[in-house]
Amino acid sequence: MAAQSHPAEPYDLAIIGGGVIGCAIARRFALAGAKVILIEKGADILSGASKANSAILHTGFDAPPDSLELRCIQAGHAEYLEIAPRMNLPVLKSGALLAAWTESDLEKLDAIIAQAHANNVPDVRRIDLAEIRRLEPNLAPDLLGGALIPREYLIDPWSAPLAYIQQAMAHGAKILRNAEVTSGAFGGESWRLQTTAGAVTAAHVINCAGLYGDRIETLLLGDASFEIRPRKGQFVVFDKASAALLHHILLPVPSERTKGIVITRTVFGNLLVGPTAEEQQDRDRAATDTETLHMLIDAAAARIPALATMPVTAIYAGLRPATEQKHYRIRHDPSRNWITAGGIRSTGLSAALGLAQHVFSLWQGKASPPIETIWPQLPNLAEDRMRDWQAPDHGEIICHCELVTRREIEAAFQSPLPPGDFGGLKRRTRACMGRCQGFYCSARLAELTQNRFAVPLSVGAHDG
Amino acid sequence: MTAERYDVVIIGAGPAGLAAATELRRRKAGSVLVLEREGEAGGIPRHCNHPPFGLREYGRIMTGPSYARRNLACAIAAGAEIRTSATAIALHEAGRITLTSPLGVSEVTGRRVLLCLGARESPRSARLVGGTRPIGVINTGALQVSVNLKQLRPFMRPLIVGTELVSLSSLLTCRHAGIRPVAIIESSPSPIARWPLALFPRLNGIKLHLNTELVAIEGSARVESATIRNGGGALQQIPCDGVLLTGNFTPESALLRSSGLAIDPGTGGPCVDPYRRCSDPAYFTAGNLLRPVETAGWCWREGRQLGAIIAQDLATGLPAPAANITINLQPPLRYAMPQALLAERGATELQLRVSQRIKGTLIARQSGRELVSRRAEFRPERRILLTLPPRLQPNAPVELHIQPD
Repeated sequence: MAAQSHPAEPYDLAIIGGGVIGCAIARRFALAGAKVILIEKGADILSGASKANSAILHTGFDAPPDSLELRCIQAGHAEYLEIAPRMNLPVLKSGALLAAWTESDLEKLDAIIAQAHANNVPDVRRIDLAEIRRLEPNLAPDLLGGALIPREYLIDPWSAPLAYIQQAMAHGAKILRNAEVTSGAFGGESWRLQTTAGAVTAAHVINCAGLYGDRIETLLLGDASFEIRPRKGQFVVFDKASAALLHHILLPVPSERTKGIVITRTVFGNLLVGPTAEEQQDRDRAATDTETLHMLIDAAAARIPALATMPVTAIYAGLRPATEQKHYRIRHDPSRNWITAGGIRSTGLSAALGLAQHVFSLWQGKASPPIETIWPQLPNLAEDRMRDWQAPDHGEIICHCELVTRREIEAAFQSPLPPGDFGGLKRRTRACMGRCQGFYCSARLAELTQNRFAVPLSVGAHDG
Repeated sequence: MTAERYDVVIIGAGPAGLAAATELRRRKAGSVLVLEREGEAGGIPRHCNHPPFGLREYGRIMTGPSYARRNLACAIAAGAEIRTSATAIALHEAGRITLTSPLGVSEVTGRRVLLCLGARESPRSARLVGGTRPIGVINTGALQVSVNLKQLRPFMRPLIVGTELVSLSSLLTCRHAGIRPVAIIESSPSPIARWPLALFPRLNGIKLHLNTELVAIEGSARVESATIRNGGGALQQIPCDGVLLTGNFTPESALLRSSGLAIDPGTGGPCVDPYRRCSDPAYFTAGNLLRPVETAGWCWREGRQLGAIIAQDLATGLPAPAANITINLQPPLRYAMPQALLAERGATELQLRVSQRIKGTLIARQSGRELVSRRAEFRPERRILLTLPPRLQPNAPVELHIQPD
């Protein structure tokens, strides 16, 4: 691969990894006037752990007390609510219901509520069965009680980081995609990184490499301060008709190891159940298996009986970058201008903006902030607000299940950060994400995306 | 927001919708609007680039696209208005429909509405197939639109899953485009479709694995292989660059479900009475939305019948909907359509399916009295027709079961 230099060098900051954390950190530094480059090895941002999650904006009510994670979640929650309306990002103020299905669940509720209060989430409260029944009439009859967490919200897990990186780009940040870091050295003043898309020089490096965070440390620092132990989560998405069955995020009483299986609406108007927590070695392969998917469907139907006959729209799996310890793994090495934000095994979507604030506070560099802050407007994909199909001149409906218009597809390609692969197009528009999974629209999308992606939807034309 | 009114609004311009539109206009049932969400009317036959279509309807064998054009031409000639790129978003009471088109959102009301939304093949997700999610896993519908309308090949060496009639159609499409399937797998002990498919793979040198299931699909960007499991439980990994999931049709009933019309979990389509009226009697149904899945010609005839029924409803009125006779099914009977019966309707023909092969006597009873029975070998993918006697006892369920031999 030819090593080319990028003209705007040297940068103040090179961020390795275009997940939600990398995008949020790029934004925070770019807003402060730093010269930022974000390096992503995938064809698009959100190609790793951030691709799949449960899309919840957490309060931190159950986060480890006095932890960095808790502080980041709460700062992130607050900042998200502040910036969301300025970038046209959705917030579905659903609230969460922590449901007790067994006597032992019930016994744990008071401790959970006390912990929530200690975590500065004072509005968490016990609610009685009659009130739960009134709020959620479709839950199974064996429910025993619960607690309400009013400020657990639902957001768009892909538009949010896209907004962060677009705002960073509006303030001069660069993004390199298809750029895997292959080597690098710190020269005392700055880093020189070699990537598969050319060399990059930057004063500081911030490692947000997610599932490869430890490998990047080993590659560039010679040793790793933690070990990634990928934890897989499988999900099932039910058809849109099911979203009417549940209003709150339905949380289980958590176990030691995991938050457990959640049932929740999405801002896109679906209902999803997941994730599982399965440890594995492989850092890339997020596979589903039929048996586990059946287990998830059965678990969901046990809580909401009407789900038993509801069609499944989508299945997916994600990998969380867990480590050998539970807490976030921050490695700050001022002598080598290095910060790692790693081991974000969960809660990354909620904590990203807060973690960006924290990483920024560790940085010793200097920059002059821009005079005026630019607020890019993201296209709305949330069902509770106006979608593009509701406005005139949308061209045509391309994806019938998710009502994606031709204008939306074209806008994605004309945006400051066009999709780098088909997954990126799906995340930006929801095309092909619905119940038919492309029966009707995948051929039309193959036509519209011809010559756009390295891995195209079609393998070529035929003249038959 | 503009509001338009028609005597009949038909949603879906496939064989059923267009035949119904033609029949309604021929019977002078008033103004007829057909809404089609695709850019062109005609429905699924539009991309089935092969015969045989249209023999019973038009007395000659046609390809899918010419059959679709003929259906459309008949509806237009009869005076129906066809509106393409118009998507129904929500169905409300009294035949009021919210739709979107390139002009934006509008409303249209039909005194009666006929739903002809068709069926589609189940995607990978609904089949809960494991593995990763690479590009190259599609249904026959997407293959045929790609190859026949867009001249694009989604893969070169796919594994084909399923042996329903549509699988034969997919083989013809593959051959036409120079795509060479690596194998066909079928979970049943014998091919589902009748003779042509059983011969076809051998004719083309494509191996057919019976008693074999798709377990997982692998590949990081594109499909690289598929894992299958044979009857003995042995796993085998087959290299391929795509997976074509054929058949396993499901009625396209999402619009009905989200609009609150009653859905039968058995068929996946709406609950209807013998007149194909839904739980809101302003709404009728024809074609493969009723149940998965019959041929284009069958749907065309159902459309024509519904045209006549709706014309009668508008002219003189149908008997009041009184779903007072329900149907109780014993496994392996999977569904019965219509789902509700009327005492005075006359000899209602039930469409039934079983979930597994069984030899025996199909018996319909009401209050312990046998109404009708028939002995046969029943197979999952073959329709069963059973005609009930003209008069039924009101307020008593009809019980259906199969007595094994």
